[in-house]
Amino acid sequence: MSRVLLLQGNQAVVEGAIAAGVRFYGGYPITPSTEIAEGMAKRLPQVGGKFMQTEDELAGIGTVLGASLGGAKAMTATSGPGFSLKQEMIGMACSAEIPCVIVDVQRVGPATGQPTSPSQGDVMQTRWGTHGDHWLIVVSPSSVPECFELTRRAVELSEKYRCPVILLMDEIVGHMRERIELPDSYEGLSVPRRKQPDTPPEKYLAYADTDGSMVPAMADFGSGYRWHMTGLVHDETGFPKGTPAATKNSQDRLHLKLRNHEDDIVQVENYRTEDADVVVIAYGGAARTAYDAVDMARDEGIRAGLLRPVTIWPFADRQIQAAAKKTKCLLVHELNCGQYVREVGRAVRGIVPVDLYAKYDNEPATPEQLLEKIRESAEKIKGAK
Amino acid sequence: MKQNFRFSGTGGQGLITAGIILAEAALLDGLLAVQSQSYGPEARGGSSKAEVIISDQPIRFGRVTHPDTLLVMSQEAADKFSGDCDASSLIITDSLFVKDVQARDARRIDLPITHTAREACGKPLFANIVALGAVVALTKCVTTESLERAVLDRVPKGTEDANKKALAAGYEIAKKSAGK
Repeated sequence: MSRVLLLQGNQAVVEGAIAAGVRFYGGYPITPSTEIAEGMAKRLPQVGGKFMQTEDELAGIGTVLGASLGGAKAMTATSGPGFSLKQEMIGMACSAEIPCVIVDVQRVGPATGQPTSPSQGDVMQTRWGTHGDHWLIVVSPSSVPECFELTRRAVELSEKYRCPVILLMDEIVGHMRERIELPDSYEGLSVPRRKQPDTPPEKYLAYADTDGSMVPAMADFGSGYRWHMTGLVHDETGFPKGTPAATKNSQDRLHLKLRNHEDDIVQVENYRTEDADVVVIAYGGAARTAYDAVDMARDEGIRAGLLRPVTIWPFADRQIQAAAKKTKCLLVHELNCGQYVREVGRAVRGIVPVDLYAKYDNEPATPEQLLEKIRESAEKIKGAK
Repeated sequence: MKQNFRFSGTGGQGLITAGIILAEAALLDGLLAVQSQSYGPEARGGSSKAEVIISDQPIRFGRVTHPDTLLVMSQEAADKFSGDCDASSLIITDSLFVKDVQARDARRIDLPITHTAREACGKPLFANIVALGAVVALTKCVTTESLERAVLDRVPKGTEDANKKALAAGYEIAKKSAGK
């Protein structure tokens, strides 16, 4: 049995997390993500989980890492200013390979910016916000039902690959309410937990790649398996080791455990791209404008389509290159001065022109505004013939 | 069939709640709805708006660029949020707060919303529910059964009767104005 509800994106994140089996939340509320903290505070005690409101964002993600080391699926949520504060611990989670989910509901920045207005200014920060040569996963929902699904998927990926996963949202999707159908029972929706060691405690090497997946088994703290956790470069014992060989081994594994599984991790949605001359690339809340603009362009005879990256990082190189080979022009639409577009340009390597419709005035673009840009791109290709 | 609604006024008047209730009533009728809002960082005061799109087709872009129905409950909101209405729009104004709207060629119905809330329910607090009653009576966008159920699902326990009265008063003032 299921129920039809009108939920905010933020509320659907809460339900997705509960369904996935998240049982710890630590954080500090901040607009426009506050409903996630509010919802987790209500829902976690109902399912035997723990909610902790900490003194600030740093402590919030600190408790999340601790809870995860103790064996819980754990999550926090924030917006730009808090996301900046969490960067140090995100690096810690990359280095020590601690599964966790961090939700960033973007608002206008930099600094305090505009708390209640939409922006997509944190796209590059999700990738490169913490220092060091790290890899991690970022996914971005465009609708309320997708907030539920992608939160589950974020938890699943973080447990499977032992890395932080960032659920990148924006105020549009976080605060918008729409129809969602939720099952009455979440039984069977919990995602698999991190791989457990099959060796006895005395033989356990915390960071050994025992099955070729490059993802080591992770024993819960307190389970009788003793291991050392550090942010220093370490070898398979978990203790610091600074030799060139140990450093390279460690870096290789942290990168390749994700890079080798891009087919599993990277997802995009294609909408009317099959015969498109202009392919719009848009993600998150901005993609909602793009669906309508594409339909309007089709209505007036312009063959337009939408490629919507669901996984933002690792970058959808293969999918975007494939689109570039089939179309005549790519038009990136994002709610910042142009961030994702730089990666699109790199991936496409001049195969087709890459246009940009950057909108950064704290309002989403209307379909009419984006349609105008599609017309301009379509006109340019005609002129180039 | 797609209908665009914008409810605007001052933070604290309950217009975002009214938007949520209208969207929930639409879902009860088996339609689709998207509700969005914009407001300032203030807890109270400042102009606020809630938007609802109701349709039988999937709704992607969730903001209203051209309201079919605009509810205005403060003069500041009238100045800020009525500019994109035209002759095809219906503008419902609260006679206690709104003198003038920007879109002068739109059809305007001036109703004593807050006044009626005070008279019928004893408190201006119920103005949002009175307004919802009036909006639904004038647009027939959702059934009155679904609207009542959505209102009762959302309001605090113990206030059901007062809210039912507010809805009825809203229907009443709308009918009176239509009869004029």
